[in-house]
Amino acid sequence: MSGPASEPARQSAGTAPVTTAPDSAGKEPGRGNRGTMRRAEARAGLALISPTLVIVVVMVVVPILWTVLLAFQRLRLLNLRTTGLFGAFTLDNFSNVFGSGSFWGSLVTTLTYSVLGTGFAIGLGLVAALALRRPFRGRNLVRAAMLLPYVAPIVAVTFAWTTMLNPQFGVVNFWGTSLLGWDEPIAFLSERPAALITVIAFEAWRSFPFAFLFLTARLQAVPGSLEEAARVDGATVSQRFRYIVLPQLLPTIAVLAVLRFIWTFNSFDDIYLLTGGGAGTEVISVSVFNSLTARGDIGGAAAQALVLAAILAVLVGLYLWRLAPREEQS
Amino acid sequence: MTTTARTTTPTTTARPAAATSPTPRRWSHDTVETRVFGVLRVVVIVGLLLITLFPFYYMVLLSVRPLDQVVGDPGALAVAPADLDLGSYAAVLAPTGSGGQGFLVFMANSALVALGTVAVTLLIALPGAYAVSRLRFFGHRQVSVLFLAVYLFPAILLAVPLFVFFTRIGLRGSLAGLLIVYVSQIVAVSIYMLRNYFDTVPVSLEEAAAIDGCSRLGIMRRISLPLAMPAIMANALFVFMIAWNEFLFALLFLVEQRDRWTVSLGISQLAGSIEVPTTVLMAGSVIVTVPIIVLFFAGERLLVEGLTAGAEKG
Repeated sequence: MSGPASEPARQSAGTAPVTTAPDSAGKEPGRGNRGTMRRAEARAGLALISPTLVIVVVMVVVPILWTVLLAFQRLRLLNLRTTGLFGAFTLDNFSNVFGSGSFWGSLVTTLTYSVLGTGFAIGLGLVAALALRRPFRGRNLVRAAMLLPYVAPIVAVTFAWTTMLNPQFGVVNFWGTSLLGWDEPIAFLSERPAALITVIAFEAWRSFPFAFLFLTARLQAVPGSLEEAARVDGATVSQRFRYIVLPQLLPTIAVLAVLRFIWTFNSFDDIYLLTGGGAGTEVISVSVFNSLTARGDIGGAAAQALVLAAILAVLVGLYLWRLAPREEQS
Repeated sequence: MTTTARTTTPTTTARPAAATSPTPRRWSHDTVETRVFGVLRVVVIVGLLLITLFPFYYMVLLSVRPLDQVVGDPGALAVAPADLDLGSYAAVLAPTGSGGQGFLVFMANSALVALGTVAVTLLIALPGAYAVSRLRFFGHRQVSVLFLAVYLFPAILLAVPLFVFFTRIGLRGSLAGLLIVYVSQIVAVSIYMLRNYFDTVPVSLEEAAAIDGCSRLGIMRRISLPLAMPAIMANALFVFMIAWNEFLFALLFLVEQRDRWTVSLGISQLAGSIEVPTTVLMAGSVIVTVPIIVLFFAGERLLVEGLTAGAEKG
């Protein structure tokens, strides 16, 4: 970056800690004008980024570290005001978590929900992106409509879904019993295994627009000449998709899979609002919430949340280092 | 998609050929596939539109039908103009004192938190994004990694300590506390988005200004910010939508004080009770969804304009 090391920049940097930044890119810390400019730039940079750093460290990093402390303490909401920051440390919370059958059940539910939810969302997004690939009148409007499930408030859409699926006066059960010949209304949200299937379907509905958006953007960058050449050589539509378009989409799909998996694995709102975690849909994050608020078991909630984050980190790490490179090559 | 398409093609080859064309040999494999996929495409588009839009249509439909009609005839897919009833909207908006649900207060709370989050986030993220994009300072790469990690971290993990912390310092139940939490969660994404835009603004413009004697702050204010305005607006909309839609932290922090509830919290809390009719809450759902949809359509145009303008200038 050029430009004179200006006074205002220095003034604004006044609050930042004066670090003689080891000038980046390994250049010798020049004593001359160049070095001063570099230092001024470094100070200005730190000054501009410091508000963000402060709020992220105070509100995110420190709380995460604190969760680790909480997970090793027997802390309940009732005795919160009387216990200090560093109570007696114990491993009880973790032994409770791993020792209880409900945790392993939650883990299986979470994995099922995340894998299937991610898969269906990406699949639906791919179908939508391909269907809307060629232009037609009103395509922009259709595209915008496709994004609505993703941007609408989660509370509003879950409420619409629960009402639609209501066994007494929901529209789905009415048409199901009167048109499709169901013997009795299905309790979509309070019966095993219907509830888990429903929340997975909801997840696919809610987040396919995200995949659709990314895949549409990627499709626009696929050069038309390749497909044209293949068409001239006699490749059919499905062959052109299989051998030309799909390989170019795979890296995007891989990234989408990671992102969607992480978000679905962590997601709380959808299941909490649809089923409250009942009927075999209690994923770990809902279980954490229930421990925290219903049982007031802060230590237990913290331990479960940590285990959730650890499992996620391991899974994503494994995926990134073992699977992602292979997929990109194929 | 591929596999099903391939397995179904052989059977479909025969059928349309035999039914419509007198010379079946002329139908190449590709023509058949093109026709099949042409039909399939229309079916898929209509089907997708149906499943994406129906829940929203149902939401609006129920909000304008009286409750007894909904219970009596749950399968109706339209409402006769004579039966149109806006009573649910009146009931949901009226203050609790006069028998309503007091959603006007909830809307004010939601708007306050969302707009506050937008203002504070931009105030913090703009200088931050500029710094990450333009200035080399110690640790600017590490900062990006840190922000990405924040973005992908489970919110529920943060919920535990923040809940405990705010309970202890007595900020639980305050909108300001919620606002700070929102800013801390969004600012990283915001910086990431804005930085990407700053990266596309040519440095040469800023260098020219610097040579003309403009100071660093002057460059930011006179050159970088105006150029990034479309991105800033899009970012503001994005932040607003996240804050307006947020549920988990609103639930954790505000649930005990009804006069502090956001619209989302109001709907979710009243959904379980028997006294509040479903149609009234559907009106509430429409009310919380409409601003988002309006902003989304406004913002989409804005985003496209910003992108195409950049493309024209090369």
